[in-house]
Amino acid sequence: MILSLIKKELLLEFRQKSTIGGVVVYVVGTIFVSALCFKGHLDKPTWNALFWIITLFTSVTISGKSFLKETGGQALYNYLHYSPTQFIVAKTIYNMVFMLALSLITFFFYGFFIKNEVENFSLFLLVLTLASTGLAAILSLMSAIASKANGNFAIMSILSFPVLMPLILVVIRISKQAVDGIEWAGVGLNFIGILIALNVLTIALSFLLFPYLWRD
Amino acid sequence: MKNWYKILSVILISYTLVWGLLNPVPRLDILNETIRNVYYHVPIWFAMLFMMTVSLIQSLFTLTKNNLANDSKAYNAAIIGFFFAMPGLTTGCMWAKYTWGTWWTFQDPKLNGVAISILIYLAYFILRFSVDDEIKRARISAVYNVFAFVMMNVFIMVLPRLTDSLHPGNGGNPAFAKYDMDNNMRMVFYPAVIGWIFFSYWLFDLKNKISFIKNKLND
Repeated sequence: MILSLIKKELLLEFRQKSTIGGVVVYVVGTIFVSALCFKGHLDKPTWNALFWIITLFTSVTISGKSFLKETGGQALYNYLHYSPTQFIVAKTIYNMVFMLALSLITFFFYGFFIKNEVENFSLFLLVLTLASTGLAAILSLMSAIASKANGNFAIMSILSFPVLMPLILVVIRISKQAVDGIEWAGVGLNFIGILIALNVLTIALSFLLFPYLWRD
Repeated sequence: MKNWYKILSVILISYTLVWGLLNPVPRLDILNETIRNVYYHVPIWFAMLFMMTVSLIQSLFTLTKNNLANDSKAYNAAIIGFFFAMPGLTTGCMWAKYTWGTWWTFQDPKLNGVAISILIYLAYFILRFSVDDEIKRARISAVYNVFAFVMMNVFIMVLPRLTDSLHPGNGGNPAFAKYDMDNNMRMVFYPAVIGWIFFSYWLFDLKNKISFIKNKLND
């Protein structure tokens, strides 16, 4: 059931080429603008912060519409065929894969146009994965809320940014270590622990809370 | 006597306002006389957290019982909590000006946490204003309230403990850790906490009555 839902999402995404293309152009455009603005004069903390700000804004923009198409007849169909827990799990997994791909694309173009400062690459990949999971879990629920609130776009960012802050701050901190090239032995493992705990917490919360948004 | 807590809150708050300025306090480096802020700043934050917890509980009731009365109570509690955040913030800023030398600093995780909490509750109010249908609004805002409360607590309770805070009691700064507050101070601090919490509950009660009457008038 969950797999078929994920498959449906992927198919929909690839059929509407405008969305995928739109995302890539959005990312490249943002990075190109920042590259022109900074002209390569970036130190490591700024590089790190700018990367995560771009990722944050892109993911909020993209996932804002994740529930928007599930309205009217489509919502009724979903309501009849799936249970809310299946639905939110599928959405979260799909969003997570999508965000991971998105952040890798962002990282590629960011490294290409600006520069690649990452020295501990495996740690950076781990952070990207964990951050995508956390973003997907939070933003799926927020998108579901925003779609019920008349699908107002501004609402999505207003709701998401404050609740994303704990996640982003922890992510930036670990990512800074990856950028600085701290070896695995010296990496603050407690921060990675917090990040994982935060992910589990948000996933559990959206799993528990989504059924209440479902009945309408 | 169902009004006992209102009377008690007035007595306790007036007692702490007066005796808080008069009683002897220990001399600690940097803090000196400003340690008296513990009697005002901290209890007000406790009252705010108390109201936010009430709001959370009412939101949980809204979800489980599907009751609109609980929703309006959750909103009222959030409004009162937000109202308490303002004096909490002001007393904190004034204290920081005299001890840290600045009104606001981004170095302290607790201050960032407060800023984020205020944003979260503003978002909650905006979410409520943007939905017209009452039942829908009750459910959506309850879901957001529960989620936001947990995130706020992660921010203001957990994250500051992981990094050094400039706040007294954290990161080696003197303050209201057990051994810094003597019995004289406890005699004011605990009554102040109780007084402000009762006071916030009183305001909450009044706000509930007002919204109840407004509802009746609308019907």
